[in-house]
Amino acid sequence: MGRLSNKVAVITGAASGMGQATAIRFAGEGAAVVVADLNQEGGESTVRQCREQGGRAVFHKTDVSSEENIKSMIDRAVSEFGRLDITFNNAGLVGMLGSIEEVTAEGWDKTHAILLRGVFLGMKYSVAPMRKAGGGSIISTASIAGMRGGFGPLAYSAAKAGVISLTECAAAELGKDRIRVNCICPGGINTPIMGRPTAESEASLSRAQPIGRAGHPEDIANMALFLASDESEWITGTSMLIDGGFMARSNTFGDMNTAAWHARGRYVGPSFERRTGK
Amino acid sequence: MGRLDNKVAVITGAASGMGRATAIRFAGEGAAVVIADLNREGGEAAVRDCRENGGRAVFQKTDVSSEAEVKAAIDRAIDEFGRLDITFNNAGLGGALGPIESVPVEDWDRTFAILLRSVFLGIKHSIPPMRKVGGGSIISTASIAGILGQAGPLVYSVAKAGVIHLTKTAAVELGKDRIRVNCICPGGINTPLLHKHIPGGEEVTKQFLEHVQPIPKAGTGEDIAGMALYLASDDSEWVTGTAMVVDGGFVARGSTMGPSVFDVPTQWSGPSFEKKFGR
Repeated sequence: MGRLSNKVAVITGAASGMGQATAIRFAGEGAAVVVADLNQEGGESTVRQCREQGGRAVFHKTDVSSEENIKSMIDRAVSEFGRLDITFNNAGLVGMLGSIEEVTAEGWDKTHAILLRGVFLGMKYSVAPMRKAGGGSIISTASIAGMRGGFGPLAYSAAKAGVISLTECAAAELGKDRIRVNCICPGGINTPIMGRPTAESEASLSRAQPIGRAGHPEDIANMALFLASDESEWITGTSMLIDGGFMARSNTFGDMNTAAWHARGRYVGPSFERRTGK
Repeated sequence: MGRLDNKVAVITGAASGMGRATAIRFAGEGAAVVIADLNREGGEAAVRDCRENGGRAVFQKTDVSSEAEVKAAIDRAIDEFGRLDITFNNAGLGGALGPIESVPVEDWDRTFAILLRSVFLGIKHSIPPMRKVGGGSIISTASIAGILGQAGPLVYSVAKAGVIHLTKTAAVELGKDRIRVNCICPGGINTPLLHKHIPGGEEVTKQFLEHVQPIPKAGTGEDIAGMALYLASDDSEWVTGTAMVVDGGFVARGSTMGPSVFDVPTQWSGPSFEKKFGR
């Protein structure tokens, strides 16, 4: 008895990385999956791997910046598998880079069309079929970059912050329909978003947070599974942080982590007595 | 094949409410559980429920404001089951109530001893056995009251905010040991901590709680147990320093639970099984 038996999911950006890992995990837990992506070759590979896991899956070529494509991918789930229970708005890209003076208005718009507007459209078109099914789970990929400045490019970060807010607003509105809306904030995950993952990217990401390994797509897939399953039926409006402790540490005082404070003695204070430990 | 096969957990406050629901869930997924609580009757009933669910469990009478007793609960896990993988610092109470100018400092101290200091003690004494098995998962019960300014009594809220921050700072320190540290922020959960104050008890509280958050359902111990299970299992091995909100959308909507729930003619709340209404 899989944790998603008889459920139908649409996953954008499922041709690679976190979306692919999630599609395969969902299929292994009994879900039928619409693999929505621009990348046909990767998408068809995902479909094969889903079927190897014992789940049903189809590929639907989808550009998330197109409202018509978003509506069509949702329709595909209903026409192919009869219903919609789960939407994972995961498709992403790094988008426009550069300093604030270098970022063009067009680059900003293109980045936001995919990272934020695409999420809004995914939510919007999921509501009707999910209401019909008596409820559902909408999951979106945000980022640690949406939580604070400095953890991603400017346009990307602002869009991801928008995904967090959109998640809260939609959750407040859709709670009465038993449609829950949550997002995942990944930290440093070794995926193709920055180019093909290598041993170097793995090693460099392993040093970026308290738990000393790079994040893997499966770490995200595991949280997506929890949010998609009935176990999370009362969870909504949340940002689930999957980051190996990155945000908990965020800025360090140079090299001083909490253990380094200990090196100054067992107790510090009061300063006027010029004591540096008992 | 359970999701916690061969794992050993200590759960405080497991004689009732969220702790009990979690213990039963863990046992059903293959874990061995030490039920640590002041409430012997409830604790032994929880042990029976765990065994009925196919898992091993024992009761250890524990006052979490005592360092010796917190350590003893952990030692019991080692003695009984050979190791420690999961600690769930869940024991709680409402604590000091009433306006700030009338809270006795002793009540502030006692509230903190049970809600925050106990969490520090639970983390502290879990580290050596968890290092021995190459890692572990420490989970604590915080609250949405630790995030919002009016979702609980004042002293309770501050202590719960402390639990969130203790979670983050301990997570940073223990990441290298593969010991992850997370907390759960429940919203309005229908447990004795809350319903013993409402005339009409559990049923009336359930109806009240249906309307305070976007999802029109009162939270249950099982909602918390589902998140605790995720955090205890290997699925979350790269997750640490987080505050996982389980609240039906309460925080997302940005509303308050209203003052009425905590407007009770009493100064102190807890522990729940004693059904005390003031001193």
